[in-house]
Amino acid sequence: MNVLLDNFPEFRDGFIGTVSITAVSSVIALVLGVLIAGLRVSPVPPLRIFGTAWVTLLRNTPLTLLFLVSFFVVPEIFFPGMSPFLLGSLALGFYTSSFVCEAVRSGINTVPLGQAEAARSIGMTFSQTLRIIVLPQATRTVIPPLSSIFIALTKNSAIAGAFSVTELFGWQKLMSDRGYAITPVFIWVALGYLVVTFAISGLFWLVERRMEVAR
Amino acid sequence: MSASVLYDTPGPKATVRNRIYAVVGFLAILALLALSFVRLSDKGHLAPEMWDIFNYAGIRQNIADAVLATLKAFGLAAIGSLVLGVVLAVGRLSDHKPVRWLATAFIELFRSIPLLITIYAIWVGFLTDYSMWALALGLSVYNGCVQAEVLRAGINSVPKGQGEAAYALGMSKTQVMVSVLMPQAVRAMLPTIISQLVVTLKDTSLGFIILYPELLQTARLIASNTQVNGQYPYVSTIIVIGAIYIGMCLLLSALATWIEKRGRRTKTGIAATVNTEPGEASSLPL
Repeated sequence: MNVLLDNFPEFRDGFIGTVSITAVSSVIALVLGVLIAGLRVSPVPPLRIFGTAWVTLLRNTPLTLLFLVSFFVVPEIFFPGMSPFLLGSLALGFYTSSFVCEAVRSGINTVPLGQAEAARSIGMTFSQTLRIIVLPQATRTVIPPLSSIFIALTKNSAIAGAFSVTELFGWQKLMSDRGYAITPVFIWVALGYLVVTFAISGLFWLVERRMEVAR
Repeated sequence: MSASVLYDTPGPKATVRNRIYAVVGFLAILALLALSFVRLSDKGHLAPEMWDIFNYAGIRQNIADAVLATLKAFGLAAIGSLVLGVVLAVGRLSDHKPVRWLATAFIELFRSIPLLITIYAIWVGFLTDYSMWALALGLSVYNGCVQAEVLRAGINSVPKGQGEAAYALGMSKTQVMVSVLMPQAVRAMLPTIISQLVVTLKDTSLGFIILYPELLQTARLIASNTQVNGQYPYVSTIIVIGAIYIGMCLLLSALATWIEKRGRRTKTGIAATVNTEPGEASSLPL
C-alpha cells in the first residue's frame, strides 16, 4: 500500500498516460483500419495489393520493432521533433490498424451476398445498399472482435513505457529503480491495467446491447 | 472478385473508372514511397557506407548470435507455453472445483496483464541474472494461458458422444483425456496453436527491455554503437532486422496454413472453424 500512497502523483500520471495513449492510438487504428479494409475490398487491384501488403507487413513485425521504426526512422522522413507520446501512438495505432482491418473485412464478408442482391433488385442505389443494408449488419459482427483488439492494444501500450512515454509500465520501472519490492508494484500496475480493460469491455458490451437485434 | 456484397461485376463505364482509380492509386502509393526514399537519402541513410556495415564479419556474427538467442528463447517459450497450456486446460476442465477455480483465476489474471509487465516483474523479482529464463518464463506464462483457452475450446468441440463412449468402454478419466479428447483437440486446433506460436516468436522481442541479447536488442546495440558518416545506421539496421523477423514469422505462418489445408483434405478431423472465439483471441498480438 505504501508504494502507491508514497508515489501517488507518479502513479496518477502513469495511469492517465496509459488511458490517453490507448485513446489516441485507438482512434488512429480505427480510422486507418477501416480505410485499409476499404482498400482491401475495393475493385481496384493496386489498392487491394497495397492493403494486403500493409496487413502482411504489420502483422508479422514485432510491435517493439515498429516502435524502433517510429522513434528512429519516422522523424528522419517526415516530422522531426515529434513528441514521444505521438510517436508511440503512431506505432501502436499502425500496428493495431492491421488487426482492425482484418476484423472489418471479415465483418463485411459475413454479410450474405443475397442481401445486397435483394437491395439492388428493389432499386436501391449503391450508397443506399451500403448504408441501409450492408454496413449495419457488418458493424454488428465486427464489434466483438474489435473489443478484444482494443483490449490487446491497451496491453500493448505497456511497450510505449519502455520508450520513455509516461504510462504505467514506466511507473513500475521507476518504482523498482527506487528499490521498492516488485510484488506490490506489480499488483498496483496490474490493477491499473485491469481498470482500463474492464472499462473497454464494458463500453463494448453497452454498444453491443444497443445494436442488438432479434435474428 | 466477381462475387462481392459491395459491388456488381463492373460494366464498361465502371471498368474505365476502376482503371483510372487504379492508375491514380498506384501513382499515389509510388509518390509516397518516392518521398520516403528522397527524404532518407537526403539524410544520408541510403548511402552505400550505411549498408556496408553488414559486410563486416563482426556484425554478421552478432546478428547470427542474436538470431540464435531469439530462437533459443522462442524454443523454450514454445515448449513451456504448450506444457502449461495442457496443464491449465485440463485444470479448467477438472471435476474438482478448487482446481477449476485456481486454473481459471490464473488464466484470467495473466491473460489480462501486459506481457511486458509480467516479464519485467519476473526479471526484477526473481531472475535478475538469468534474463533468458525470465523472458522464456514470462512468455510461457502468458502464452500458456492463451494456449490453454485454445485447447479447452478444442476439447469442447469434440462431440460429447466420444467421451461418453470411452467412459462406457471402462476407460479412466485420464485415459479418456489422453487418448480420446486431447489428440482430437490438438488436431482441430493446430492452426490456431501455431499462429499463437507466431505471436510468441514476435514477443521474444520484448527481451530487449530486460537486456537479453536477442535480435532487437542486438539491432539497437549495432545501430547505437557504429557511427557511419557521423550518423547512426538505424534505418539500415531496422530494415535488415525487420526482414529477418518478417521472414521467420511468415515461415511459421506458412506452416500453419499448410497444416490447415492438409487437415481440410482429410475428412476425419473435427471442423476447426466452429470456435471462433479462441481464434480471435489468439490472432491478437501482444
